[in-house]
Amino acid sequence: MSHLLEIKNLSVNFPSRRGQVAAVNQVSISVEKGEVLGLVGESGAGKSTVGNSVINLLEPPGYISGGEIIFDGIRIDQKSNEDMRKIRGAKIGTIFQDPQTSLNPLMTIGKQLSETLIETLKISGSSAREKSIELLESVGIPDPVERLNAYPHQFSGGMRQRVVIALALAGDPDLIIADEPTTALDVSIQKQILDLIKSLCKARNLGVIIVTHDIGVIAEIADRVAVMYNGQLVEQGTVKQVLQKPKHDYTKSLISAVPSGDQKLHRFTVVDYIDGSEEKVTLENVSDHWLSKNKSSETHKTAISVKDLSIEFSIRQALFRKNRIFLKAVDNVSLQIQTGESFGLVGESGSGKSTLARLIAGLYQPKSGEIDIFGHDVLQRNQKAKTSLIRRKMQMIFQDPYSSLNSRMTVEDIISEPIRFHRSTLNSNETSKVVNDLISFVGMPMTALKKYPHEFSGGQRQRISIARALASRPEILICDEPTSALDVSVQANILNLLKDLQEELSLTMLFISHDLPVIRQMCDRVAVMQNGKICEIAKTDTLFDDPQHEYSKHLLGLMPRMDLFRL
Amino acid sequence: MFYFIINRLAQALLVMAVVSAISFSLFNFVGDPVNNMVGQDATREQRIEIRQQLGLDDPILVQYQRFMINVAQGDFGLSYRIKQPVSQLILERLPATLELVFASAIIAVFIGIVLGVFTGIRRYSWVSKIIMSVSLIGVSLPTFIIGIGLIYLFAVYLRWLPSSGRAGVIEIGGWKTSLLTIDGWRSIILPAITLSLFQLTMILRLVRAEMLEVMRSDYIKFARARGLTNRAIHFGHALRNTLVPVITIIGLNIGGLIAYSVITETVFQWPGTGLMFIQAVDFVDVPIMAAYLIFVALLFVVINLIVDILYFVVDPRIRRGGS
Repeated sequence: MSHLLEIKNLSVNFPSRRGQVAAVNQVSISVEKGEVLGLVGESGAGKSTVGNSVINLLEPPGYISGGEIIFDGIRIDQKSNEDMRKIRGAKIGTIFQDPQTSLNPLMTIGKQLSETLIETLKISGSSAREKSIELLESVGIPDPVERLNAYPHQFSGGMRQRVVIALALAGDPDLIIADEPTTALDVSIQKQILDLIKSLCKARNLGVIIVTHDIGVIAEIADRVAVMYNGQLVEQGTVKQVLQKPKHDYTKSLISAVPSGDQKLHRFTVVDYIDGSEEKVTLENVSDHWLSKNKSSETHKTAISVKDLSIEFSIRQALFRKNRIFLKAVDNVSLQIQTGESFGLVGESGSGKSTLARLIAGLYQPKSGEIDIFGHDVLQRNQKAKTSLIRRKMQMIFQDPYSSLNSRMTVEDIISEPIRFHRSTLNSNETSKVVNDLISFVGMPMTALKKYPHEFSGGQRQRISIARALASRPEILICDEPTSALDVSVQANILNLLKDLQEELSLTMLFISHDLPVIRQMCDRVAVMQNGKICEIAKTDTLFDDPQHEYSKHLLGLMPRMDLFRL
Repeated sequence: MFYFIINRLAQALLVMAVVSAISFSLFNFVGDPVNNMVGQDATREQRIEIRQQLGLDDPILVQYQRFMINVAQGDFGLSYRIKQPVSQLILERLPATLELVFASAIIAVFIGIVLGVFTGIRRYSWVSKIIMSVSLIGVSLPTFIIGIGLIYLFAVYLRWLPSSGRAGVIEIGGWKTSLLTIDGWRSIILPAITLSLFQLTMILRLVRAEMLEVMRSDYIKFARARGLTNRAIHFGHALRNTLVPVITIIGLNIGGLIAYSVITETVFQWPGTGLMFIQAVDFVDVPIMAAYLIFVALLFVVINLIVDILYFVVDPRIRRGGS
């Protein structure tokens, strides 16, 4: 029997100044009708490149340097652009990662759908309209007739991804390539979308290739899985085989790096196979070091105390106040974080967790409520000097390591800037000594100091961000999704680093994440947020074993149960 | 939408108030107006009499109030030099400037967008490379050099077109137009091209940059993955997405065209408001200068308002706040 899609010894090269870079090297996979194949690997593994070469949409200057792609018995890798255009959409549909950006913002979804239908199925405008309504219905969009005239921004993320799926299905294709279809979505939405893809696959007898970095997604949906590492296929088999008895070392370490939501371990399993990061240097006598001086003489039991805190954002402007509409991003929140504690804040996107962190950090002004840091009311206006001193004890680490570092400054300048700004060293010699200590403290080589941020990988950049935060000698560290932009293997390293720092410098940490297993590993206590309100605050173990609030139970129920695949 | 327009109108009023204050201050700071009006041998009594007639002895706020009331009624006083009402002078010359600006705006927008889209899509073709190199000339050469060059080539050397002035003017319902006669068209070609060249290259480069940006976006990639034709992708999806920033720049530039037609009008002796302004500066004709300042500011404000409303038409995301 011939396969629906067969890729034989595919190689893709990207010419660069340093010669040819092989993004994909001799990869052979196949997909049958009615089957979901998971293609898993970390960023840079070449898994998206495989998907893009099937539909002949490789980013220039990449090109297929060897191998064959056979679709439905016909070789398609050598077809002309025009022939491939006719295959795209009509025979092979594609779903991309980010539903926010994959729809044209200026066109109604009805127009985008009928345009695609008319092109791929060669039907008239009026029957395209009927077919659009049918399609929207089949992907589970309520009120499809009404929604045809809506623009993409009027849909939520999950609904938008459903529209994208409807568009991919428009030409009635036999094969769907889904490139990270749920990475940009919340866990609860992720499950719905995966279920939708799975059911469409069975109902329409589609072949599906799902490209992802997330083993959890694979466990959820795929029938077979292919693991890629560094452009090569390292392992392939049924999901059960690969997840329970991984043969290749890389697969083993990839599976072990996924944080477990079931039990608390002292440290994350570090994946040594993947990212060869430098060993972190433990400073001798941390208590005598520059980093540990400048601690407050008076110790407070409560580091952060928030009372009845609210903020609202205007979402509709109007001349009269009664016509304006406000969104309560943080709604009457009260919580207390003890000194030295690691406090987790968990919730889905839009729950207000980042806004709350920004309020505490002083990046937003609240509408009402109180914020006390080490017993000092930072909102009162008549003690500005004291407030700024207190604020200095608080530093933030942001989610995106790509945009949170100034790309025109060397790493040395980035780290030393807070030191020089606060004049917290005696002279420039001491500054450079402290910077040297800091960079090795976060596990980076001294040679990194003269380089610029773009020369580093995401994980290394996040280490630099941490070093920069430490340079102000903080006592409170606010981490806003510090690892959600990173691969699992790198995530484990960064989280271990944060844990070690917290212990050695006895920091107080406010840790924000949407990822429950990560929270379980990192935090002593945790607060669950929904729609700007706190549902539940509990000890981490208590919350995971015996959640009280309905929403906490719901969130925990969505957590991928990797243990099913562990022996 | 309603809130938005009210908001913008309030801002516009503020801008106009500031500009009118500045132009009022011209009267007091650019020399003594009485000196400009009377002859060298006027006696002290004559000067005092004129001061009183003009109300120059009143407190400054009273003078400002009088000025504002007059301006609001369209009365900018008499030109010192020509002794005619300034508003009448401006109205007489306005058609010439507006027609020139209109012609050059059409040239700049139309050719600029077409070439910008072309060079954005066919990025690596040699035609695009030539267009981009030539466009550098448009950006970098000053207007008067281009004007003089064109005059030399087409008027002096080839003798195809007139070198200056505005010929073939006909009056239709109080509007003096030169766009209805062949002579009129012949005389507007050179100044219109000269005035448009800089704007054209700006728009070209902007559209190209925006096109390149949009063509990299996910929705274009997704449109390709759905098997849409290149034409649908380029013109249905990409071009409209480049429009919001392009509209901003075009709007500001049309204001600029009017305000800075001064140089082109001088080079080609085009009888428009710009030429009048230059002559007014030569003779320290303060009422004309002040009126011109207010007039240009008003144009910018109105054009900005139109641009803001156009955003609503183009981009549904901005419409969200409206009804």
